Amino acid sequence: MDPMLAEKPVDLAALSPVDLHHRVAQFLYLEARLQDTHAYDAWEQLWEDDAIYWVPANGHDTDPERQMSILYDNRSRIKVRVEQLKTGRRHTQTPRSELARLISNIEVVAVEGAEVSVRANVLIYEDNLRGETLWAARNEYRLRLVDGAFRLVRKKIGLVNNARPVFTLSFLV
Amino acid sequence: MTETSTLPRIDSLIEPARVHSRLYTDREIFEEEMRRIWHRTWVYIGHESEVPNANDYVTKSIGPTPVLMVRDRQGEIRLLLNKCPHRGNQLCAYKQGNRATFTCPYHSWTFANTGELMGYALPDGYEGVSKAGVGLGKVARIGIYRGFVFGSMAAEGPTLMEHLGGAKAALDQLCDNSPTGELELTAGFLQHRTRANWKFMLENETDGYHPGFVHASIFQVTKSGIANLYGKDSTALTRDYGNGHTEFDLRPEWRRLDTPLKWFGTSEERLPEYTAAMKAAYGDDRARQIMIDGSPHTMIFPNLFIAEIQLFVLQPMAVDETIQHVTAVQFKGAPDINRRLRQQTMGSVGPAGLLLADDTEMYERNHRGALIHDPEWLVLSRGLHRERRDENGFRVAHSTDEVPQRGIWRHYLSLMQE
Ligand SMILES: [Fe+2]
Repeated sequence: MDPMLAEKPVDLAALSPVDLHHRVAQFLYLEARLQDTHAYDAWEQLWEDDAIYWVPANGHDTDPERQMSILYDNRSRIKVRVEQLKTGRRHTQTPRSELARLISNIEVVAVEGAEVSVRANVLIYEDNLRGETLWAARNEYRLRLVDGAFRLVRKKIGLVNNARPVFTLSFLV
Repeated sequence: MTETSTLPRIDSLIEPARVHSRLYTDREIFEEEMRRIWHRTWVYIGHESEVPNANDYVTKSIGPTPVLMVRDRQGEIRLLLNKCPHRGNQLCAYKQGNRATFTCPYHSWTFANTGELMGYALPDGYEGVSKAGVGLGKVARIGIYRGFVFGSMAAEGPTLMEHLGGAKAALDQLCDNSPTGELELTAGFLQHRTRANWKFMLENETDGYHPGFVHASIFQVTKSGIANLYGKDSTALTRDYGNGHTEFDLRPEWRRLDTPLKWFGTSEERLPEYTAAMKAAYGDDRARQIMIDGSPHTMIFPNLFIAEIQLFVLQPMAVDETIQHVTAVQFKGAPDINRRLRQQTMGSVGPAGLLLADDTEMYERNHRGALIHDPEWLVLSRGLHRERRDENGFRVAHSTDEVPQRGIWRHYLSLMQE
């Protein structure tokens, strides 16, 4: 990890906007790389215990406690998901999807104590046995600074076409 | 089939225990299925609880054809085709909503939600022309059983009850798991796009042979005892209800375990409100039996799959593309179990589901395999030697046997030949 992120203590409110933006971007790129390279354990360890990993369906303002979502994992289900991928018998990921994602339009929305809310757009190219698929999403994150490094508290992946039928989404999005 | 068709006779492609790969990949056969199956037999459309109020509508389908399921102002369910009879424009562009009338955006013809034309725009151009008979297309027949709305594009044919036959019991069993006897499908549907022929899904829904292999990864990770239900020593049954309806019947296993809510991986203690409501509704003994037997695992031909805690609706779009629509079963008047039903459904099914993503991977591989011409025939002979009749005369066999698949093709052949 970037040694700069390991400095502590860090007061988010005291950082310059440029510094904060840089640290957030570096973290999002790290997460993207872990996902693209199927670094399952390292990705799972980014998550806090109160995690919510959410891919809504049928719009972007649905209530995941009432409505169906494509994915709505708490911390323990994130672990199950990763453990399943690691068995080598998660057929939809054997062979694994080939992935490259671009993250852009990163905006820091708010800072509250040790937490920062972020928006970013992502475009994911996937190639697998079925063929090529492009995924586009407007993401929302809540990151928490713990021991000088960001961790994931909440990640909402707003697939732009989530009201329409979508192919299997079995890589880490 | 017409004289000019390049199609072989369909009965040359289907034998009692094997079927030809071409049935899954041939575009002409797909078109023929649309005519002889999807536009004729009873097809599941939606549930009454999806349009609870007068003037509610939701877009459903019969194969690739969109169908507006409407509750009109009198409260009656209508199934309308989404096409303006003037110049054929798509009438309604929204998935759901509430409206008493539909106005075509092209030339502003307006229709009541019963389908009748209410008025022409600039009516002087239609002087002396009657509005009668100019309405929206309709699904010819509507049949509703316990809130489940079915439609048939054929004006004549077997009644819905004749079509459902023995499989009606599965709808009853499902509804009996609700303390009010009613479902409320209010959680919305996931839509899983699948690059495979619809019949791979139809056949797999009651295939008890695959879970131990396709789902081994999740059984391993969750240390689930469920894998045993799909093993050699399972007492679960596969069943052919006739008319293409099939079942994977787990009741023998649940009755052996004799523990309420075991079927759902939970207990009476963990769902106290639901348990109390069930006992109040059915009495202690009957409630206990319902909660031991659990919810069915039944495929109602051609497109409604009751997967215990989910409802799937299969929508063929093309010979090589199918959409699996899926939602959580929700019981009216049972909030504590409903929450758990939604959570488990979201984990298991849909595009990211811990189970269904792997099934869907198999469907897409099935389809790619079917395109390879050698060997031509696919084998459905498992358990042929131990098929028997249950107390109601339906074919049953071991949980891993291919009784359901043979039953599906028997019915398919009869429809495609008639
Ligand atoms: Fe399966």
